[in-house]
Amino acid sequence: MMSQRVGIEISLAVAEVAKLADVDVVAAYPITPQTHIVERLAELVANGELSAEYIPVESEHSAMSACLGSSAVGARTFTATAGQGLELMHEVVDVAPSLRLPIVMAVANRALSGPLSVWCDHSDAMGVRDCGWVQMFAENGQAAFDLSLCAFRIAEDPSVLLPTMVHLDGFSLSHVIEPISMLEKDELEGFIPPYEHPFPLRPDKPVTMGAFAPPVIYTETRKAQEVALRSSKKVILQAWKEFGHRFGRYYSPVEGYKSKEATTLLLTMGSFGETATVAIDRMRDNGESVGLINLRLWRPFPFDEIRQAVRNADIVIVFDRCLSSGGPGGPVCSEIRSALYGEKKQPQVVSFIGGLGGRDVTPDDFVNVIRRGIEIAEKGSDEEYEMIGVRE
Amino acid sequence: MDKFTVFTPQLLPQEELFASGHRACVGCGEALAVRLVCKALGRDVVIVNATGCMEIVSSQIPRTSWKVPWIHTLFENTASVASGAEAGLKILRKKDRYSGGKVTVVAMAGDGGTSDIGLQALSGAMERGHNLLYVCYDNEAYMNTGVQRSSSTPLGASTTTSPAGEKSVGQFSWKKNMPAIAVAHNISYVATASPSYPFDLMDKVRKGVEATGTSYIHILSVCPTGWRCGSDMAVTLGRLAVETGVFPLYEVEDGKYKLSLDFPRLRPVRDYLKHQGRFRHLTDVIIDKIQDRVTDEYLKLRRKASED
Ligand SMILES: Cc1ncc(C[n+]2csc(CCOP(=O)(O)OP(=O)(O)O)c2C)c(N)n1
Ligand code: SF4
Ligand SMILES: [Mg+2]
Repeated sequence: MMSQRVGIEISLAVAEVAKLADVDVVAAYPITPQTHIVERLAELVANGELSAEYIPVESEHSAMSACLGSSAVGARTFTATAGQGLELMHEVVDVAPSLRLPIVMAVANRALSGPLSVWCDHSDAMGVRDCGWVQMFAENGQAAFDLSLCAFRIAEDPSVLLPTMVHLDGFSLSHVIEPISMLEKDELEGFIPPYEHPFPLRPDKPVTMGAFAPPVIYTETRKAQEVALRSSKKVILQAWKEFGHRFGRYYSPVEGYKSKEATTLLLTMGSFGETATVAIDRMRDNGESVGLINLRLWRPFPFDEIRQAVRNADIVIVFDRCLSSGGPGGPVCSEIRSALYGEKKQPQVVSFIGGLGGRDVTPDDFVNVIRRGIEIAEKGSDEEYEMIGVRE
Repeated sequence: MDKFTVFTPQLLPQEELFASGHRACVGCGEALAVRLVCKALGRDVVIVNATGCMEIVSSQIPRTSWKVPWIHTLFENTASVASGAEAGLKILRKKDRYSGGKVTVVAMAGDGGTSDIGLQALSGAMERGHNLLYVCYDNEAYMNTGVQRSSSTPLGASTTTSPAGEKSVGQFSWKKNMPAIAVAHNISYVATASPSYPFDLMDKVRKGVEATGTSYIHILSVCPTGWRCGSDMAVTLGRLAVETGVFPLYEVEDGKYKLSLDFPRLRPVRDYLKHQGRFRHLTDVIIDKIQDRVTDEYLKLRRKASED
């Protein structure tokens, strides 16, 4: 039995996931473009559709802090934020995986100040790249809904117990109404098992959480965290597989579009993947051997899948929505380069930056990026990367 | 809620829930305060501790001094973590997923973690009215990081970031009145306490636990290391702080002030200051200024306590 596709704003669909997961606690602070998610959750709690504690905290730092507290006592916990909010909670974001608290967070990606911009790019996500969370990027509303659902199952799996972030591009996803196949509670039966933290804070079995680590043990704690994050991939793949079997929509860490035999690949992350398919189609019609790779799983980074996906390509053009200032260019591109470095057959990897602060990137732009990328690959360039669409 | 003495020497729980063997300095008044608070709380708690001396001395992987559920995350977010824990337990109980007895969530932080960097989180928790007890251990500086000033450091105290010198009296500002800030949030129970008055302290902790909504207890905790006094002075100095009026003991129940101990005549503040290296440099002029302020504040407090 498959649910009906309904036209729904993606933010509301994400809030619906929290309801379907029957979350116990939501602690959140409003920030554009995340607001519709948390407003809807407040409404669901207020009208009794969701039995949860909604904590209207006084900052994002406190939002994530309250999430630590509620998750540590054994409550299923959800929050959402964006841009400056994610920056403000950064310190706390690091703590969640170290305490092995499976908080689920939606991030409606937003550019960082300054100058202030409420519009999308991935700078906020890159700031928390190394924080130890499982992280994935949705490319459209359906993925935002599905990945959020899977996020609870992945995070809370007893062998994972790690917080999980689902990124969805601000406005271009968060505020868009899309036809989405929503699932009903009874359809979900058993897909998200009840949350049982193995050692919650309870008087009958006292535990100490968050003791400090001297140099003789700090490294081992970080290693343990890293092992947990890397091994979460098995659970992620399993969750997506079962999701596919049950609901007919399959997800993988890396998605290819007309990519199999293409000599040139464009690689994107987030909603630009959708736009780029138009460019790929157009160039294919023109007889050009191009394809698209969409990176969905960001952490743990899918090294093998990336290597597989580009194995027949001569050129990989990576399009980043974030700039690593003063560095190599795009942060996604850096990961791709290091994933491929040392491989026997290495494609040329070219870095492009665009779509910063909500700047639109059209199919035409992607066509130009691909053409220019091929040119750079053939003739070389003095620059580490190129930023597109900059008005002089 | 009338004041009633729950704790007497006979009734004092023998059990130590804050285990010995921690690494606090010899004669630490803050560790003594924590020990008494834990005795008064008993086992049915979840403690949320801020970064600071008490967290550092009591927890080091793989050891712990805590025989009760305890969590430390960061420095400034204690009230927020506690808010989440309280909300979490509340909803789990509502959904029949937690069936144990009553659990009190207790947040603990130093003066820095409370009156400076954690003030916003605490204000948020008090404003929202989470059912929790917040205990501030005030040793009047950032001790854990090496005796830097906080907004709770009293005027004239020499610290590593308010050093006394040719052009400096030491701390240049008056101590922030944290209990008054708590009272301004209209919470039902606010108290000051001192481990030099252990039964009073423990009674207040019980009252804080029983009170509805957020309650706040501010405990003056003598730090021999930071105050530069003898390691046998914590209890004496705690008493002197009260007897001089420097740190009066009082409660504010539903906005109503009540002095726990009143003195017809206060001892001169000099009696308190003179034992502490942090005040050694003070001139008579400054000491008189402090004396005037202390007397003034004490009278104000007494007036508040006599209002109906
Ligand atoms: C965000 C942040 N800033 C600074 C610190 C460094 N730091 C740790 S404890 C502390 C002072 C603690 O002072 P207080 O709260 O008064 O507790 P005490 O150690 O005096 O008991 C400071 C500044 C930190 N851990 N986190
Ligand atoms: S520095 Fe002060 S508060 Fe900290 S452990 Fe030592 S005596 Fe106690
Ligand atoms: Mg202090």
